[in-house]
Amino acid sequence: MDWLNAVVQGTLLGGLYALFAAGLSLIFGVMRLVNIAHGDLIVLAAYLGLTVTTATGMHPLLALVLVVPVMAAIGYALQRGLLNQTLGDDLLPPLLVTFGLSVIIQNALLEGYTADPQKLSAGALETASFGLGGLTLGVLPALTFAIAVVVIWGLQRVFYHTPLGRAFRAVSDNQDIAQLMGLNRRHIFGLAMALALAVTAVAGILLGIRTSFDPSIGGGRLIFGFEAVIIGGLGNLWGTLAGGVILGVAQTVGAKIDPGWQILSGHIAFLIILAVRPNGLFPRISA
Amino acid sequence: MTTPTYSVTRSSQAARVGAALGGLVLILLIAAPWWAGRADMRLMGELFLYLALASLWNLMAGYAGLVSVGQQAYVGFGGYMLFALTMFGGLHPVAAIALAGVLGALISIPVAVLIFRLRGAYFAIGTWVIAEVFRLGFAQISTLGGGSGSSLPVAIVRSLASKRALRESLSYWLALGAAVLVITAVYFFLRSRKGLALTAIRDNETAASSLGIDIWRTKFIVYVVTSAFTAMIGALIFLQKLRISPDAAFSVNDWTAFVIFIVVIGGIGTIEGPIIGTLVFFLLRETLADLGTTYLIVLGVVAIVVMLKAPKGLWGLIRSRFDIQIFPLGYRVIKRNPS
Repeated sequence: MDWLNAVVQGTLLGGLYALFAAGLSLIFGVMRLVNIAHGDLIVLAAYLGLTVTTATGMHPLLALVLVVPVMAAIGYALQRGLLNQTLGDDLLPPLLVTFGLSVIIQNALLEGYTADPQKLSAGALETASFGLGGLTLGVLPALTFAIAVVVIWGLQRVFYHTPLGRAFRAVSDNQDIAQLMGLNRRHIFGLAMALALAVTAVAGILLGIRTSFDPSIGGGRLIFGFEAVIIGGLGNLWGTLAGGVILGVAQTVGAKIDPGWQILSGHIAFLIILAVRPNGLFPRISA
Repeated sequence: MTTPTYSVTRSSQAARVGAALGGLVLILLIAAPWWAGRADMRLMGELFLYLALASLWNLMAGYAGLVSVGQQAYVGFGGYMLFALTMFGGLHPVAAIALAGVLGALISIPVAVLIFRLRGAYFAIGTWVIAEVFRLGFAQISTLGGGSGSSLPVAIVRSLASKRALRESLSYWLALGAAVLVITAVYFFLRSRKGLALTAIRDNETAASSLGIDIWRTKFIVYVVTSAFTAMIGALIFLQKLRISPDAAFSVNDWTAFVIFIVVIGGIGTIEGPIIGTLVFFLLRETLADLGTTYLIVLGVVAIVVMLKAPKGLWGLIRSRFDIQIFPLGYRVIKRNPS
């Protein structure tokens, strides 16, 4: 039963990792950009949530109403103002610019909020639980997983059933021809980044409710998201959810064996999958 | 009527002047223990080690197209090997540094086989995962202090040299030697046949491949050699620090972020770039370090601006204006009018 419990808890944790990964997967799918600052943007969203909740006394989940549009606006501005200039055949500029961005965000947060660990307080939600077939599940992890499923379903829906999604797929397939067909790719990329950071906002708030956070943890979140993307297979959003779940289960099962092995066993699971299935479990596009 | 004759040469006036000046500076630097204070020598030692790390990262990213954000894996590995080999193997520190390089090369082979499956930016994050695996792995080894780390025993420090002044000079010379060795090795490697293949890959991978260059193998060799040298530099860094912990040894900021900023600001894909970048970096650090986090923000902004506005860095700006190359790698055709 203990092991089953670890697997179930890991699955729910995987929902959070899938949320870390969804934004990363989306922007890679649309513009082949890998954003090294992604983890720091998740942490930025958590801090924005902290500011909103402490200033207004709002519940963190309600704060999403403010944080999501703010992060989306940041995403659009960032893409139009900075990241669009880096896109091209050379992969060095986007990589190094987002790396620089990561250092800037991290240290700006350090300056603004100090290095003290912070937490979003969500009252009774943090400790509420319910029983299910002999297991006890936290309401928050279950809610996180449900949100992850809804977000990924929504992204999938946007991608394949809306005009915006058509534009995303068009610029993803061939930027120049999409441009000729009257799509402004700079604007489309801006919208893709806005959508990605809106998802990141949700991920950041849920992270902040679940655990304490400080400005230095962005890199670790980026790595979890990245591992979920690669395990699931590039460009496949449901695969990303599966990747997050595999990573989460590997971590909780590893922690069950020895608490010091939690993060390490997640990395090892990732490396094993990389060795056996280099394109991930459910690949859709090749990098 | 005189017909001009042409000759092909690698050398140039700038290269000869540069070599002469470089030789003079090197002699001055070797003599530093006789003219510099303790603090200056420490600073210069650190500068040389950063210069070596930057030159190595530049060889990987600027020439082989392997953009790694996980070289701290080998810095930390080398540092830990120094501690393990001297404390439990009873080796002399200098022998331990050399052996750390060999072990770094050995461990980088399976790592390369695994992460070479990832391409471009995903390769970059993959290297970071490896560094995290190393960090978490070494934190599990309780004989090396686990998560809190350990200090190098006094007896081992003494075995380097019994007097403190001599020890400090020796540690300085090792750092200087490492930087000179790395830059010389990179220079001669790039002038060799393999280096030409590497430059071809940098310019156009498909064309290079069609000329019969084994791209995977060339990149693999660069990765393994760079990792070996990085591990040796790591061992030297922690010989200076005398204390190691997983977080310090595998710090992404200290051993990768700074190194990337140095190379980008100085000029990626040139030998001169990391030298200029290191000087600028230390100049900025010594003047702005009091600002704390603001300094890092400034550094990040400078790197982004350079990447967008002058992707070839400071050396690229100088070179496009004056057309000079201090480390001659390319060939040039010179027209001579017979007199």
